[in-house]
This record gives sequence, C-alpha cells and structure tokens, in this order.
Amino acid sequence: MYRALQTFLIALCLLVSCLATGLRAQEDIRPLVDALGTGGFPQKIEAVKALAASGDAKVAEILQNLSDGKLYAPKTGGSVYLAAPTDGAYVDVLTGAPVADVPGNLARIKLNNGLRGAIGAALSQLTLLSPDRAARLAASQDLLKDANPDNLDLLNAALAEEKDVEVKSTMEAARAVILLKTDASAEDKKAAIDTIAARGNRDALTILTAAMENAPEDLKPAIEQNITSIETSLAIWDVAQNVWYGLSLGSVLLLAAIGLAITFGVMGIINMAHGEMVMLGAYTTYVVQQTLHAVAPQMSDYSLAFAVPAAFLFTGLVGIGIERSVIRWLYGRPLETLLATWGISLILQQAIRTIFGPTNRQVDNPSWMSGAFDVGGLAITYNRMWIIVFSLGVFVALLLLLKRSKFGLQMRAVTQNRRMASSMGIRTPWVDALTFGLGSGIAGMAGVALSQIDNVSPNLGQNYIIDSFMVVVFGGVGNLWGTLVGALTLGIANKFLEPYAGAVLGKILILIFIILFIQRRPRGLFALKGRAIEQ
Amino acid sequence: MITQMLFSRHEKKVLWAVALILLAAALVPLANLLIPEGNFFHVPGHLVPLLGKYLCYALLALALDLVWGYCGILSLGHGAFFALGGYAMGMYLMRQIGDRGVYANPLLPDFMVFLNWNELPWYWYGFNHFAFAALMVLLVPGLLAFVFGWFAFRSRVTGVYLSIITQAMTYALLLAFFRNEMGFGGNNGLTDFKDILGFNVQAGGTRATLFAATAIALALALILSSAIVRSKYGKVLVGVRDAESRTRFLGYRVENMKLFIFTVSAMMAGIAGALYVPQVGIINPGEFAPANSIEVVIWTAVGGRGTLIGPIIGAVLVNFGKSIFTAAFPEFWLFALGALFVATTLFLPKGVVGTVQQFLASRKEQRRADAVERAYQDKAAAEAESRLASLEPQAAE
Repeated sequence: MYRALQTFLIALCLLVSCLATGLRAQEDIRPLVDALGTGGFPQKIEAVKALAASGDAKVAEILQNLSDGKLYAPKTGGSVYLAAPTDGAYVDVLTGAPVADVPGNLARIKLNNGLRGAIGAALSQLTLLSPDRAARLAASQDLLKDANPDNLDLLNAALAEEKDVEVKSTMEAARAVILLKTDASAEDKKAAIDTIAARGNRDALTILTAAMENAPEDLKPAIEQNITSIETSLAIWDVAQNVWYGLSLGSVLLLAAIGLAITFGVMGIINMAHGEMVMLGAYTTYVVQQTLHAVAPQMSDYSLAFAVPAAFLFTGLVGIGIERSVIRWLYGRPLETLLATWGISLILQQAIRTIFGPTNRQVDNPSWMSGAFDVGGLAITYNRMWIIVFSLGVFVALLLLLKRSKFGLQMRAVTQNRRMASSMGIRTPWVDALTFGLGSGIAGMAGVALSQIDNVSPNLGQNYIIDSFMVVVFGGVGNLWGTLVGALTLGIANKFLEPYAGAVLGKILILIFIILFIQRRPRGLFALKGRAIEQ
Repeated sequence: MITQMLFSRHEKKVLWAVALILLAAALVPLANLLIPEGNFFHVPGHLVPLLGKYLCYALLALALDLVWGYCGILSLGHGAFFALGGYAMGMYLMRQIGDRGVYANPLLPDFMVFLNWNELPWYWYGFNHFAFAALMVLLVPGLLAFVFGWFAFRSRVTGVYLSIITQAMTYALLLAFFRNEMGFGGNNGLTDFKDILGFNVQAGGTRATLFAATAIALALALILSSAIVRSKYGKVLVGVRDAESRTRFLGYRVENMKLFIFTVSAMMAGIAGALYVPQVGIINPGEFAPANSIEVVIWTAVGGRGTLIGPIIGAVLVNFGKSIFTAAFPEFWLFALGALFVATTLFLPKGVVGTVQQFLASRKEQRRADAVERAYQDKAAAEAESRLASLEPQAAE
C-alpha cells in the first residue's frame, strides 16, 4: 500500500515536472543548443548530455539532426543553424524559420566516435518514454549495456510508467547496474546485485565481473557467489545446447541412415545410390513448391504436406525400378551391387544436373518453420525442432510397420532366414522389391527435411552418404534401434567434439573412432545374433 | 630364393605384356624427342605426360587388383595410398623449389610463408633428399596399410564392412588434408614444381624420362605381381578369396596373408602416386576423395579382376575414354561412367580380359572336344573298315 502510494507520488511529481518543462519557453534551451557549436569534442559531449537532461521535446529532433550532420555553426562559436533541405539556405534550429543574415564562416559541426556515442546514448534515454514498445525495449537494452548514472532519474521515471514485463525487467536490470555505480546504500546495492544475478545470462556475468572491481569489500562475497552460480548454470545450459545441436544433427543422420539400414539389413546390399534418393526427395520438394506457387499461392505454406508423400512415392518408385532392373540380378554378390549402385548414383546426379542445372535451388521455409524461441538458456530454431519431431515420427511409423503389419512380419522373416522364409511361402523377390522401395522412399522423405536446412544441389546426397554408412555400421544391421542409438550418439558426440577440436577435426576423430570400433565389434552395436547372419 | 621367385616361369601373356610396356618405354620418348614434328610418327609433347598418367593409373589398378582380384578385399580407399605417395613426392618437389618461390624463402614453401609459419614442421625434414622422399613414398602408404590391415584383418572385418571402413579412412584423410594446419598446403595442395633431381619438370626430356620410368615401374610391378600370384602363397591367396573360413580351417594364417598383400599393394599404389605427381604437376586433397578410389575399382572391373593384364588394359581404356568424352561431350561423361559401372557388373562380371579368356578357353575346349570326337569317329571308321576287311576274305570264300 505504502509502495503504491510512493509510486503514485513519484509519477505525479514527474508529470508535473514534464508539464513544467513543456511550458518553459523554447529560448531556455537555446544556450544549450548553441553550446553544441563551441569548443572541442569533450565540451560538445557535455553539451549533448546537458541538452538531453533538459528534457525538452525538441531535443530528440535536434540531436538527430546533429548526428545526421545537418547542423552548422560559426567557426568562432556562436549560434547554431540548421541547413534547410533546399541548398544553401539556413533555418533556425528551434523554430525552423528562415534566417536572413547568417555569419559567413559557417561550418558543419564535425562528429567523432565519442560524440556519436554520446548522441546515441542521449537519444536512447529519450526513447525510454516512447509509446512504441520496441523502441523502449531497444533503449533500455542500450542503457543496460552503457549504464550512465546520469540517467538514473529518467530511468526511475520510465520504470514507474512501464507496464510491459520484458521491458520492465530490462529497465530494472539497467537501474541495478547504475545503482552499483553510484554511492547508493549497501541494501540497495545488494538488491541490485540480486536483480542482475536473477537474469542469469552472459550479460549479467560481464556486468557482475565488471562490478566486482570497484565494489565495496562487504559486497564482494555476494557478487562472487552470484558469479559462480551464474557460471555453473551457464555451463549446464551450454551442455544442454550441445545436446540439442547433437540431437538435431543426429535426427538428420537418422533420417538419412534409416532407409539404408533397412535395405542393408534385409537384403544385405549396400546401396551407394541412397544419397541420390535423398537428393531426389529434396528436388521433389522443390518441384512441389514451385508447382504450388504457380497453381495455388495461398497454399504454399503447406507445400511440405504435399511434398512428403510426393517424395516418398516418387523415390520409392524409382527405388523399385532400380531393384527390378539392376539389383535383382546381383543378389549374393554384395560388392558388385555396391559398384552397380554407385554407377546409378552417378547417372542420377548427372541427370539432375542436366535437368535443373548445377547451381543450388532455392527451397523456401514455410512460416511455421522459420524463427526461433528461447527455453531458459537454450535457443531453439523451429526448423530444427520440426525435423527432430519428423524424424522421430518416421522412426516410430517404421517401427510399427515392421512389428505390426504383415509386410513387416514377412520382411523380418526374410532378414532372419531368407531360405526358410521362402520355403514358408513368402515371395521373397516381392519383399525385396518393396523393401528397397520403402528404403528409397524414406530417403526421399529425408530429402524433404534436408531441403529445409541444406542447399538443394545435385551433390546433396554425396554429403550424407558416408555419414549414413557410418551410422548403419556403428549401430548394427537389421535392428532399427541400433540405427537410432547410432545416429543420436554420433550426432551428439560430433557436437561435443566441435568446440574443442573444430568441426573438421571433430569429424575426423569420429571417423577414426568408428574405424576402431568396427575392429572391436565388426557387426555394430546391436548385432543380430544367430547363424543366419553368418555369411 | 627371391630371384628364383622373380624369374621362375611366368605366364606367356604376362611376359608379352612386359615386353610391350618396355617397348613403349623406349619408343614413346624416342618418338617424342627424335622424330621431328609433323612426321606421322611424332608423339606431341603434351601427349607424353598424358600417356604417363594412364600408366600411373594402370599401376594403381594393378595394385588394387592384387587385393581385390586375388584376395577378395574390396578396398575403396586405395586412392589414399596413391595420394600419400604423391604427397611424399610432392614434398620433395616443393623443397626443390628453394628460393625460387613467390616469397623467395629458401627454406619454407610458399604456402607456409603465406600462413605466417616461421619454421619447417618436423615432418618436412629430410624431404630435400630424393632418396629419403623415395623411401617415404614406400614407407608411408605401406605403414598406414600395415597398421590399418593389422587391426582390420585380425578382428576379421570382411566384405562390405571392410569396404566401408576403407572408404571412411580415405574420407578422414581427405578432411584432414583440407586443413591448413596440417602443413600440406590445405585446399590448394602442392604445386608450382620446378626441378626433379636437378632437371626441369616441364622440359620435354624430363617428361620423356618420367614416362619411361613409369613404364619400367609398371613392368617391374607386373613381374612382381606375377611372381606373387604364381607362387604357392598366391595360390593360397586365391583360396582365401574363394573360401576364407575353409582356408583358415586348413591351418593357414589368413590374416597374415591378407596383411602382406594389402601392404605390398599399398606400396605399389604409393609408387604410382609418386610417379603421377611430377607428370601432372600438382597434388591436392581431391585425390583422397572416395569417388576416385571407387573409380579405380571400375577400371579394374572393366579390364578383368583376377587377371594381371586386365587392370592395366581397363585403366588405360577407361581413362582414354574419359579424355575423349570429357573433351567432346563433357555433359555425358558421368552418364557413360555410370552406365559402365552398371553394364560391367551386369554383363561383364569377369571384365574384358576375363571374358576373352573364357571365350578362348571355351573354344579350346570345343576344339579339344571336336578333336576327341573326330578321333573317335576316325577310330570307329577304322575299326569298321578293319572289320569289313576281316570279313572280306570270308565273303570271298
């Protein structure tokens, strides 16, 4: 109650003082304005500060003109004039009225970085009271960075009127920073430290570290404790951020590798054209988007909803075509299949290059996939989040297909013992063709996802094929869980190595790790057991 | 014993091939240097390094064939050994530039000056001596293959898994050599060579000599491979290829046999790379690209794996085709190469040489069968005649 009354009183005083300054004659600030044209840069900076402190309504406009280089003053000092938009004429700075007789030695008032900084700070103070929320937020953030004790009163005034939570918290932080610089009471300073520490981000850490230097002795333990606690929480958030990046990379790897795991696991063949299936999926997305853009522009935000099934069907059919025309002649000769599919990948790459050209194609992000949001100290972009959701969705759907459907049952039977499955009446050639189609179709869906975060070019697939192989070999063949664990492990390990070793060296370390890992477990993490697996 | 192995009976075809290669080693330089321009038999100067390049590729394909065709190890990383040999030679050539580089630093190659390095990294020491560099051309790929193979073969990584990790090996090296911090010139690699053993690399005489050296190296490698393949060890190697477990159960140390041939093959690939670099004039990380290694596999497959002449013919044929194609229809080269991969695996699994051999063998078989048939018929006819003859007197009676 008492607090509310206090606030009200402060607001009242402020209102009165504002009215008073408004009522003051314009001539009151003319000496302050004229001071802008006299002396060296330090004096001019003082003049800018004085002008800002005057609170006159015209100050913002004058300072803006000054920073735009439109103000002129005699070299010897004296009245300041504003250059009129029309060439050669000068007008009065305050009234805007033409001035008949100007001194002959007028020169533009020069700026340096210090003066520009002072103008910027002054302008941001003035915008603290602006009705525009974004302007107030920007101004308070500026103040937080460049806390000047002169602005305390202004800030207090602005705080009293502020309703928006975010702007208010920024202002409170700025006020706290300023309080630390003034000789406020120990309690106030303590409260200020707590306010800053509550922000808990990197800025707060810098502020507190800076405050540590000239803080009174009795406050130092409190600051120190807050610094360590912020550092700990930042470290935890850093780990969380790395895990998030790792999950994001892992989900991309999962999407790219899971189709390969199926074809390799069931048919025992290495499909080197798998990367090109991903690429075809990405180009399908491009074509769907362009078509939709031409036919129904209002639907283009939902083009991905059309692109996913289109890519699945198209690449799936291409896959079945490849299986029926080439691969089925090569069963039992895995190394030859590897060569033939490599040849197919070259043909597909060159075909796309001939049709669409060698340059990158632009695939737009729909509005619901662009932008980012913060969770605590985590910055999460929407497109990465949706890709994680999408890849997990694909994973679960595939798992259900394998475990619950008749086709899945037949597929698992063929994986475990081809001849026995064939004897039980399963048409293994059909299972093979459909499996290859399924694996290719999933690669196509991976292409849709990758088109959102990577360049759509004929080489798209090449960048992922080796990583996909690593995931499959690491995770083990014939088990989807192995692929999941493999993809996420490699993704997270990659992102944790990056800060220490750099992106390239991190990748090299991962490759070396996998090469060594294969020596220990030649069949991967989750190897299928049983004699049927032996060659 | 080694001499006995080297000069014991070789296949007639291999000896013919060696003679042909040596003839080329003598004739191409002569035709380039002695026969005047304009003459029909003159070999133009730009063609000599191109032909030399083909022979380097042939040597690389032969090396791959030793492990793939005779031991069943499909290495998708042989380009790495080739490139390592090339880098060792490139380092020697870099050191030979001396103070003639752009920055005129007598000790450091240009790219190190550019990166503000002040002293030569330790691993560049010694490369100013040709003998040391030549040793490294053999040792570095050999050692890498030995260590890699030691781990891989002992833990019985076979088949597709081995192919994938060899691919990962060359990919890792590709990424590593792209880094400037590695001290191998990063993205640009090593180039701007001036001298080799004191002779200008660009000069016609040097190029002709390099071609001859490549041809001789290829001929020697062919003799060595033939000796290995025809030895007892070579026979067991084929056993490993066809039935690894059975060979192991018969008491052979399969992993040691694989390790030996893998290391020898890597060294041959290293020599090919070392001969390649001075003729082409540059070595960069692109040589480590997995796609290059896979291309070597297709040369071998086209020519015929499991034969010694096949990979040589395949490498020369495919690369000759590549030169023609990329000049005439650059758009279609990848189509042609891709189709070659598919067609070879589907229709020519034994390659050109293997198919011809099979055809000849079947004709020989046919001829023998014909001969047997004819002999039988002759014999039958003779018998009938003699029986007739023995009957005749009775008839006369």
